[in-house]
Amino acid sequence: MDLDALTGCLTSSACLVTQTTSGFIIGMLLFLVAVGLTLIFGVLKVVNFSHGAFYMFGAYFAMTAYQFTGSFALAMLCGAAGTALLGLVFERVFMSRVYGRDVLMQLLVCYAFVLIFDDVVRMVWGPEFKSMGMPAAFQVMPLFIAGGVVPPYYLLLIGVALVAALILGLGLARTRIGKVIRAAAHNPGMVSALGINTGLIYGGVFALGGMLAGLAGALAAPVRSLTPGMGFSVLIESFIVTVIGGMGSILGALIGALLIGMIRSFGSLGFPLFTEGLMYLFMVIVLVSRPTGLFGKEVA
Amino acid sequence: MTELPADKALDMPSSETRSARPRYRDALIALVAFAVLALLPMLFSSKFLLDFVIRCAAYGLFATSLNLLVGYTGLTSFGHGMFFGLGAYGFGLMMQRTGVAVPVAFVATLAITFVVALVIGAICVRLKEIYFAFVTLAFQMLIHSTILSWVSLTGGDQGLRGGIPRPAFLGIDLSNHLHLYVASCALLVVGLFLMYRIAQSPFGYTLRMIRDNATRASFVGIDVWRAKLTIFVLAALFAATGGMIMALFVSGAYPEFAYWTISGEGIFINMLGGVTTFLGPMVGTALFLILNDTVTRVTEYHGIVLGIVILFFAIGLRKGLMDFVIEWIAQRRERSGERG
Repeated sequence: MDLDALTGCLTSSACLVTQTTSGFIIGMLLFLVAVGLTLIFGVLKVVNFSHGAFYMFGAYFAMTAYQFTGSFALAMLCGAAGTALLGLVFERVFMSRVYGRDVLMQLLVCYAFVLIFDDVVRMVWGPEFKSMGMPAAFQVMPLFIAGGVVPPYYLLLIGVALVAALILGLGLARTRIGKVIRAAAHNPGMVSALGINTGLIYGGVFALGGMLAGLAGALAAPVRSLTPGMGFSVLIESFIVTVIGGMGSILGALIGALLIGMIRSFGSLGFPLFTEGLMYLFMVIVLVSRPTGLFGKEVA
Repeated sequence: MTELPADKALDMPSSETRSARPRYRDALIALVAFAVLALLPMLFSSKFLLDFVIRCAAYGLFATSLNLLVGYTGLTSFGHGMFFGLGAYGFGLMMQRTGVAVPVAFVATLAITFVVALVIGAICVRLKEIYFAFVTLAFQMLIHSTILSWVSLTGGDQGLRGGIPRPAFLGIDLSNHLHLYVASCALLVVGLFLMYRIAQSPFGYTLRMIRDNATRASFVGIDVWRAKLTIFVLAALFAATGGMIMALFVSGAYPEFAYWTISGEGIFINMLGGVTTFLGPMVGTALFLILNDTVTRVTEYHGIVLGIVILFFAIGLRKGLMDFVIEWIAQRRERSGERG
């Protein structure tokens, strides 16, 4: 435990800015993964245990696209579109067979795919750590805000994630498609009876969830190292986020992700050995005091 | 298991008549099983076979205890492997650091597991199934990351190295391979016997009732939370015993023992053997170990092969092996009944 470092940081504006930025980075990436998880759970009533694999594929797709084209925008697009397609196929071919069956089967199918996807990545890209490298456009002088160092790429990452959150939130609340999705989450039988193809909606929601995770992976690729199995710790953390924020709530996922991001960022100063522990501790406190999560409506 | 009540109706009368028979019958079967296992080295002296049985004992206790949760109570734990790891590390550390006798370390490890399982269980068993699965998984990851980061105690990612001292006690020398084999068999048989008695006890039937309809159970006056917590802790104790056998076998403890994949493997083993029979997980364990050993020898990408096998069972067959055996026996009985 190193409380001096923590209080020292809290009183210095430079350190405060640096740590807050890094908390935002962690939080925003987690949000993109967690919001897909929570969306899929809200509509399909399954927890996609292999959601971390989409994050991983997003990163690898982006790296490969970047190496071939050299275009950062194309890399992001490839990461997101590739995982959306993967999500659609995965849902239609496999997950759709285990809806309504017991949790054990759903977990087993996803568990199988965690094993398969990790090995596929190992086969195609090799088992070693890979790095995409920072795109040339962002290799510029970092910004100095109140004495703290903020690389421009971080601002882009936070911005993209915030825009995604906004589009998603408004899209679900205001558009016709959003309305149909919410209706399908509430009563799929009735939606289907009204002549709407629920299979398509399920596939679409899964693709959307996969795309968001893939986008997170693609955004993370320049700043994190890539390795098979990189998705699993992200999955666990984003699950903790959804538990804290409340399953099915987009706002909850955002708040939960930012809280976890800050806990990780500041916790690593004060409790370097117990950073992960702090996260779990926080989850336990929320679970015990509010079992539905901070923004959950349904009874957990 | 929510989809099984129909099968249960088939299975219930036969198990009731079985438990109505004298209790010593089960004890006798256990004794015979132990005798057969213990005499095995006289017939086949292959070290490979003995190693296989020891690993079966470790994984089998773990998988069967998981079945008490998954199959009997309907608690899909995805973090049961944490108690396997806890048993291995608790026992290994106790032997390395304190130098107490083996039985003392054994009991002390069970005591530690009891306390940890009580705390984690008290938080988890209230949760609905998918939450329960993931929060147990999160606790597993917490224990795993604690093992990795607490390097001064656990050796971090290197694990407990340098071997676990195994001083002889009461004429049993666990550093002798044959003694270790017999001790593992004894622990396996005693563990299975105890778990069978739990499953066939009134408490065991309370658990089945909670699985089939928790609301009804609480209406007839059962404290569901207490019953779930009790079986959670009991299952953890047996899983820790499996972990201790594993620690003795490899003479060490490694972070992989506490990693989530152990829990995944446990669930897979249960699926493979089937959760509707008591011995299903044991059959699953043997199958899984054979499968794992073969696949590891043939290819380095054993995740793909295992994944496809899991998909084949989960989406294709939808049942475990023992479920098919039970069905087959029932069909035969029906047919012979028609004839006679």
